[in-house]
Amino acid sequence: MAEYSALSLLKNAFSGNRDWKPAWRKPAPKPSYDVIIIGGGGHGLSTAYYLAKEHGITNVAVLEKGWLGSGNVGRNTVTIRSNYMLPPNTRFYEHSMKLWENLSHDLNYNVMFSQRGVLNLAHTPGQLDDYARRGNSMRHQDVDAELMTPAEIKQLMPAIDISANARFPIVGGLMQRRAGTARHDAVAWGYARGADRRGVDIIENCEVTGFLRDGDRVVGVSTAKGDIRAAKVAVAVAGSTGRVLQLAGIDRLPIESHVLQAFVTESIKPFLDTVVTFGMGHCYMNQSDKGGLVCGGDIDGYNSYAQRGNLPIVDDVMAEMLAMFPSLASVRLLRSWGGLCDMSMDGSPIITTGPLPGMYLNCGWCYGGFKATPASGWCFAHTIARDEPHDLNAAFTLDRFQRGILIDEKGQGATPRLH
Amino acid sequence: MLITCPYCGPRDAIEFTYQGDGNRERPDPASQDLDAWNDYVYGRLNPAGDHNEIWQHSGGCRMHIRVVRNTLTHAISSAVPARGDTHARAKRRGVKS
Repeated sequence: MAEYSALSLLKNAFSGNRDWKPAWRKPAPKPSYDVIIIGGGGHGLSTAYYLAKEHGITNVAVLEKGWLGSGNVGRNTVTIRSNYMLPPNTRFYEHSMKLWENLSHDLNYNVMFSQRGVLNLAHTPGQLDDYARRGNSMRHQDVDAELMTPAEIKQLMPAIDISANARFPIVGGLMQRRAGTARHDAVAWGYARGADRRGVDIIENCEVTGFLRDGDRVVGVSTAKGDIRAAKVAVAVAGSTGRVLQLAGIDRLPIESHVLQAFVTESIKPFLDTVVTFGMGHCYMNQSDKGGLVCGGDIDGYNSYAQRGNLPIVDDVMAEMLAMFPSLASVRLLRSWGGLCDMSMDGSPIITTGPLPGMYLNCGWCYGGFKATPASGWCFAHTIARDEPHDLNAAFTLDRFQRGILIDEKGQGATPRLH
Repeated sequence: MLITCPYCGPRDAIEFTYQGDGNRERPDPASQDLDAWNDYVYGRLNPAGDHNEIWQHSGGCRMHIRVVRNTLTHAISSAVPARGDTHARAKRRGVKS
């Protein structure tokens, strides 16, 4: 498959764009592979890509239940940031940020990564102190962070209400300028094309219906397209982790599946060129290249596999959006949708060998998995190839709960709906 | 989403606080069985389908309610007082409640 370049664009333009080839093949599954990855979302595809690129393991199949990019990777609010406080998280997400910074070039696919900055608004002096603490922790670990005053914020986004009369007046904010957004579909397509070009088989419409076992060991999977054997079976299915692991006889996990809603308004003229989050409650917002304001808030707060939510959260998110930008009151909402989130017991992910021999597990992304896509695949590929975690994901074990070494960024304890 | 509180009748879900998986059983406080404690604190069943869960009517009568709700459709098929099984558990342990 040819490299994409200015020249290839020009050439295809002259031939009426009739000669573009599909970006990845549609192979039938082989009877066996070195590695099977269950889940053709962002994390599964990036795992396949880095297995091939970094570890030379190309006899790999990615099995996707639906079509590629049909799950969370195609329905998130595209925010990318590394503004965490706890060292295991900061290190991991900063590694992800560095991969993002070179991703379009690395994949030869424009993922439209835009470092437009992410600003967290503070509404009380206590909250601003907390942000200063997090910002200092980030800067200690070589991640950029700066505090902003209300006047500086007003200059950055003129429509914001910084008046003292606001219900929750803005007293400042924490800005990470290297943070930003990317085009989510392009991330799935770019990783798929990159993996496919290195020999990985991406098999769509191939639901896994069971695990093949040899005693305790997992030696393959049964699928809608027949049995497929593999030395290593990796699971990267986000909100469906519970359902898939149940097929292997594991019914209790430190994971609850919840629904997160997202929203987009009708397109308007350029209005906001930064990602901004409301701090008194939870609402995050950015403007897409098409002009729609993309926003989201908290998860609905109860177990759900429904991929749709209820009205109270719609109400919350809209109210918070208007608290920040009262001038948006007459803008109409275009669409809302819901995605499944694998909420873990401490709000941090799990990337590990096991829990069964021959199996590898990647889950617990809560509702922040998109920004982790490159590092998650990079670390998971290392874990699968070497049978041990990389330093960057060594803390993201499954047994950290039992051992009491949690990575609880928010300090909420074992209450997934609060992470 | 409406939840029919057995004490108050049908009420909007925002009146309730979600307490999660209702299948967990708290080990005896004196127990040093780490696996049992781990299961209780961190283990969740997380089924796609009928889910046995606890809600508290925190914006109403404040009673705890045992609800069976389908996680694929959000349809609620049963909502009964949770008090009954607390008594049953206590009785099993020989504690007077």
